[in-house]
Amino acid sequence: MQHNFELEKRRFVIGGLVLLIFLIYILRLFNLQIVDDKYQAMARNNAFLTKTIYPARGQIYDRNGNLLVYNQPAYDLVVTMREVKDLDTLDLCNTLGITREVFEERMREIMDPRRNKGYSSYTQQTFVTQLSVEDYAKLQERMYKYRGFEIRPRTIRQYMRSIAPHILGNIREVTPKEIQRDDYYQRGDYTGDLGVEKSYEKYLRGDKGKEILLRDAHGRIKGHYEDGKYDVVPKAGHNLTLSIDADLQAYAESLMVNKIGALVAIEPASGEILAMVSSPTFDPSLLVGRERGKHYKELLDDPFKPLLDRTISAAYPPGSTFKPTQGLIGLEDGAISPETLLPCRGGFVMGRFRMGCHDGIAQWSIVPAIAGSCNGYFGWCLVNILNNKKYKSIQEAFDAWKNYMVSMGYGYRLGIDLPGEIRGFIPNTAYYNKMLRTDDWKPISIISISIGQGEILATPLQIANLAATIANRGYYYIPHVIHSIQDTLIPDTFRIQHKTMISPRHYEWIVKGMRAAAVNGTVRRSGNLDPEGIEICGKTGTAQNPHGKDHSVFMGFAPMNQPKIAVCCFIENGGFGATFGVPIGTLVIEKYLNGKISGRRKFAEENMKRSSTLQYTDYKKKK
Amino acid sequence: MNFLRSFDWLTLIVYVILVLAGWVTINAASYNFDGASIFDFGRPSGKQIVWFGLALFLIIAILCLDSRFYMTYAPLIYVSVMILLFVTIFIGTNINGSHSWIKIGTFSIQPAEFGKFSTALMLAYLFNGYNFKFTEPANFAKACMIVLIPVLLIILQNETGSALVYFSLVLLFYRQGMSGIILWAGFCFILIFVLGIKYSVEPLPEGVVLGLDESAPPSLKGQNLVLTIIPFLVAGMLAFFANNYGAAGFVALVAFLGFGLFGLLDHFITWPFPFQYRWIGWIINLFTVGYCAFLFLLHKVRSYITVGVFAVLFVGFLYTCDFAFSKLQPHQRGRIEVLLGMKEDLKGAGYNVNQAKIAIGSGGFLGKGYLEGTQTKLAYVPEQETDFIFCTVGEEEGFVGCVTVLMLYFILIARLISLAERQRTPFAQVYGYCVACIFAFHVIINVGMVIGLVPVIGIPLPFFSYGGSGLWSFTILLFIFLKLDATRIQKY
Repeated sequence: MQHNFELEKRRFVIGGLVLLIFLIYILRLFNLQIVDDKYQAMARNNAFLTKTIYPARGQIYDRNGNLLVYNQPAYDLVVTMREVKDLDTLDLCNTLGITREVFEERMREIMDPRRNKGYSSYTQQTFVTQLSVEDYAKLQERMYKYRGFEIRPRTIRQYMRSIAPHILGNIREVTPKEIQRDDYYQRGDYTGDLGVEKSYEKYLRGDKGKEILLRDAHGRIKGHYEDGKYDVVPKAGHNLTLSIDADLQAYAESLMVNKIGALVAIEPASGEILAMVSSPTFDPSLLVGRERGKHYKELLDDPFKPLLDRTISAAYPPGSTFKPTQGLIGLEDGAISPETLLPCRGGFVMGRFRMGCHDGIAQWSIVPAIAGSCNGYFGWCLVNILNNKKYKSIQEAFDAWKNYMVSMGYGYRLGIDLPGEIRGFIPNTAYYNKMLRTDDWKPISIISISIGQGEILATPLQIANLAATIANRGYYYIPHVIHSIQDTLIPDTFRIQHKTMISPRHYEWIVKGMRAAAVNGTVRRSGNLDPEGIEICGKTGTAQNPHGKDHSVFMGFAPMNQPKIAVCCFIENGGFGATFGVPIGTLVIEKYLNGKISGRRKFAEENMKRSSTLQYTDYKKKK
Repeated sequence: MNFLRSFDWLTLIVYVILVLAGWVTINAASYNFDGASIFDFGRPSGKQIVWFGLALFLIIAILCLDSRFYMTYAPLIYVSVMILLFVTIFIGTNINGSHSWIKIGTFSIQPAEFGKFSTALMLAYLFNGYNFKFTEPANFAKACMIVLIPVLLIILQNETGSALVYFSLVLLFYRQGMSGIILWAGFCFILIFVLGIKYSVEPLPEGVVLGLDESAPPSLKGQNLVLTIIPFLVAGMLAFFANNYGAAGFVALVAFLGFGLFGLLDHFITWPFPFQYRWIGWIINLFTVGYCAFLFLLHKVRSYITVGVFAVLFVGFLYTCDFAFSKLQPHQRGRIEVLLGMKEDLKGAGYNVNQAKIAIGSGGFLGKGYLEGTQTKLAYVPEQETDFIFCTVGEEEGFVGCVTVLMLYFILIARLISLAERQRTPFAQVYGYCVACIFAFHVIINVGMVIGLVPVIGIPLPFFSYGGSGLWSFTILLFIFLKLDATRIQKY
């Protein structure tokens, strides 16, 4: 064979070409396998199906160990988009009882990464939540037809008694925002909404478990990864025991029927809330199940705003229940002494100004002034406080006044363990400087705050807390509805005693005044519980209301020594304090302390259960 | 014994390693976390043992036959295999539209696999002819005929992938004296096709500035890019194949200055008429062609005309590649579009390659360990025992495993080339080059497709992919050459 050396050199071209391509491939492999690490995550996403195992949510008990809230099985329909194949859409729609449009809209929603953050076609997406048992049964038979769909057992809340929706709260699906904020949540999870379900969410929800399953390209499960070595067992949520007395709560709710307002009962020695009613109320089980949205909207549209928790999310002028605080500040600041007599000339009269009073013309000391709720006395009391020589100016005196008020729990949120508390309002000097457009205003300009009117706003909880503070003679615990949490302590904040800036000895005079009010003052007619063996102390309030009939307020506690319960009852448009506030408040006290209502007072009980204030209110249906 | 001394044991060792590695990998690719045995005859790895047994029988038979048998009967073998291929078009079992498999009882064989060695033998026979000169056009045409007949028959069986293998023999032609201009032109056509197709839809990548026609639609910009490149490709031809470096430099300079000048001008002046960049492109390309014609008239050397013709063909191809592309079958078009990144169809055309890339990419440096790959075990990679078997290597043995396998193939191919070069007859040499070309093509296309650098073409990875026909075809191909090589000293 002839040799052609030119052509023989070409073997290097051919070999070189192959080598070059192989080197390019090795570079590419280097890039794929070593530089780029996204493929490892993609392979994991492919092969591992992480299934969440939901823990049982903590149950809720009342202070006597009665079960209030528990779990019941429910079923979610979930879908893994990647595995959906040959779906008979119409058949599924019929089984679920939805229209094709609803189905398609829901599918679009699931697959839209803007509306469904973190969407992946590999993971289960919630399609329908909380199927009823009937739907579940129907669906279960036909599941084999719907590839990619799966029924996921979940639990929903059930309520033993239809009481205290505002305290208990409810659960709902998490919002995209919450998912972003807390890694715990995934789409379709539930979270507490309102009440302790929300405020103790972290305790109630427990720890999720997971199983890591191997899934092949056809979506078939091939068993646990590494025989379940990396699986996590779920941990049930903590049970809560509330300080609420379910019987007392139910009783208080029965008295509050057809009235708009709030009732708060506190155990003064601990700050535990015994009962807490916002009226009108609703059945907490309305906010459970697939109809939740519909019911929620109905409640939202209800003109009487049942969803509003009037105990903590509404602030009212406290009216005459505010007077004890004025007396306390006067005594502590030396503006008055227990023996100081202040005049009432049918009211507070200064120059041509007159703030009316029902007590007649007399001079009073602090005890009868509280018993009779004398406007004249407390008007002058505030004048004395503001003109106190201790302070350089009225303004300085007023700021001192404000600090006393804040120390008694007014003007700021108390910090109850329920969501939605508002702070009420206690003005300060700066506020009045601005409002009155002068730095040199006189006590007369703000005199109406002395009787809990004017700019003053307080939540019923703050008023009840005042009653508890007086009952304790000068200290309070932040009111709370938690009694204990299973396996852990309740938050520290509820175990710290808050002392007011007023010394206990001054409280004795106020207690005497409130006792006198119960025996022969404003509370006596329907509120004296002496025959029932209860030494009750009380204070009425008739809060003027520019929009309509006065609000009826009662604040009291019993027994006088070693008090067991402090109550505030606030009835919107209820008229005089004695009309609704006193009977309801004292009935709650009697029921709690004696366990029953005496025959003498059955009449008042019936009366309250049957009466209504709705005709006086001016709530209008929202358009 | 003379035969044992002259036998190339290195190739045999590489062959054995590759076959064993392939067998082990087939076991991994078909493994199912169920602890099944590699010897289970119900499974691909078990069946592959049977194919090995038959392959061993073939090896012994091939080595026992006299070398002169292949030389003498090459035409007969070629003709009978071609007849078999022709018959297969009509009697082949329909598998996804392809008629390339013949069913005999429970067995299936793919005659196209045997087209390779018979074509190689026939080519060797042709080149072995007395006083054969490949540079003569008639001989070149004969060689092309021999290659194109099986290509045509296999395309008629709807097995385009297997047909493409024969084009690898262009490297043999090159070695035997075909002008390198054809290789260069082939490269140019692929480049023009890729750029023309990709940038007829997509905007140009960042950094590619063409100066003019800022407002032109993407399709025009893509064409402008190719128009700019063509003069430089032609300059390359002038340099390497007409050996006229001066002319090449001149063309490149004219193109550079022409495009650069008008690009600069466009920045600074406003044209009094709607100026278009491609006009410059056409003018410069026209100049290139004219210059080639001028050189031909000046020097009377034919290669200038060839270069000129290719320049015209390049421009023509630029404006017809869109049309040609649209004439491809939809699935082929989809594969090319996915490869060029023009669309991401992870559920359709892009699924295989994406899953293959995930499998390989997730292997990392050392791999997940034998039988530990989730992508392959859980059947995410389709065709994982056959065409996509390289994924299993990548996933379980990682970068190290991939590079090792590629190195083994390179050793094999390089060894085959060097063996071919030491042959004393054109027959053995041509046959050896055919074997090297066919192996190189299979490995390059198969691995390239799995790592997403080459469009998906369904051809097996030699010795790795599961299946009897493939294993036998590659074994026959290789061992006939080893037999020829072992007896190269014999006098005839």
